[in-house]
Amino acid sequence: MKFGVIRFPGSCDEVDALLACERHGEAEILWHGDRDLKGVDAVVVPGGFSYGDYLRVGAIAQFSPVMEAVAEFARDGGPVLGICNGFQVLCEAGLLPGALLPNTELRFICRQVDVEVVNADTPFTDACEVGQALSIPVKHTTGRYYAPDDQLAIMEAGGQVVFRYAEDHNPNGSANGIAGVCSPERNVVGLMPHPEHAVDPLTGSADGNCLFASMAASTDRAAA
Amino acid sequence: MRARVLIRPKEGILDPQGQAVERALPALGFEGVANVHVGRLVELDVESADQVPEMCERLLANPLIEDYEVLTVE
Repeated sequence: MKFGVIRFPGSCDEVDALLACERHGEAEILWHGDRDLKGVDAVVVPGGFSYGDYLRVGAIAQFSPVMEAVAEFARDGGPVLGICNGFQVLCEAGLLPGALLPNTELRFICRQVDVEVVNADTPFTDACEVGQALSIPVKHTTGRYYAPDDQLAIMEAGGQVVFRYAEDHNPNGSANGIAGVCSPERNVVGLMPHPEHAVDPLTGSADGNCLFASMAASTDRAAA
Repeated sequence: MRARVLIRPKEGILDPQGQAVERALPALGFEGVANVHVGRLVELDVESADQVPEMCERLLANPLIEDYEVLTVE
């Protein structure tokens, strides 16, 4: 299977994402100004500061040509994973519910956190176990997940909360400790922690592989 | 025509930036300050102000987390 990793002006985690994907399949970079998704089976929207975070994080990137193609790909059921700034972009684009607000402490946070898998029935988590704790780094200033209370209730009931910070690990004041969510159809997932930075024991944890392995396995199953 | 768009955090959403400013002012000796909120100002020249609300809905503001107000000047 082939992953596509988007590169926006201001992306900075696309190479790590590409390397993480290459551990589980083929992968190539997709340019933001290009509508062609090059026949990839899954799309990763990586972290960084797309378009300089101007106006609001993720606000400008949603209108780039590649995101028009990604929105269509997602509507057709294609798997899309947004990491950090990619999560913010997918929320701004309306492909995921909610929004990301400045951390309650207003500081840039860069640390390893434990993230619990809440829903293992998505293309990005089905190689994980419900309740499994993944040690993954976060690094962001704008990561406080927000959705109105009535929407949160619908999401909690409908399995749309995919990842939650472990107790005492919520670094940013996210509602319900939410670290990652999915679309109602579950083919679009976004999270603030960076699984692509946790794919080799050399850097402290290889727990992030679980997401990329899930994507590769579910795509291969769909093709079989 | 010059339009001015004021964008504020929606009421009820925690605004740590406003809180930080609110805490800083008494430290400078300013008393009696409450409900400080920090927002954004966008100014633009437009042919017609009619299109500005849609610009706000689609790009300038995120209606889920922000309120906006369109003012026209001159």
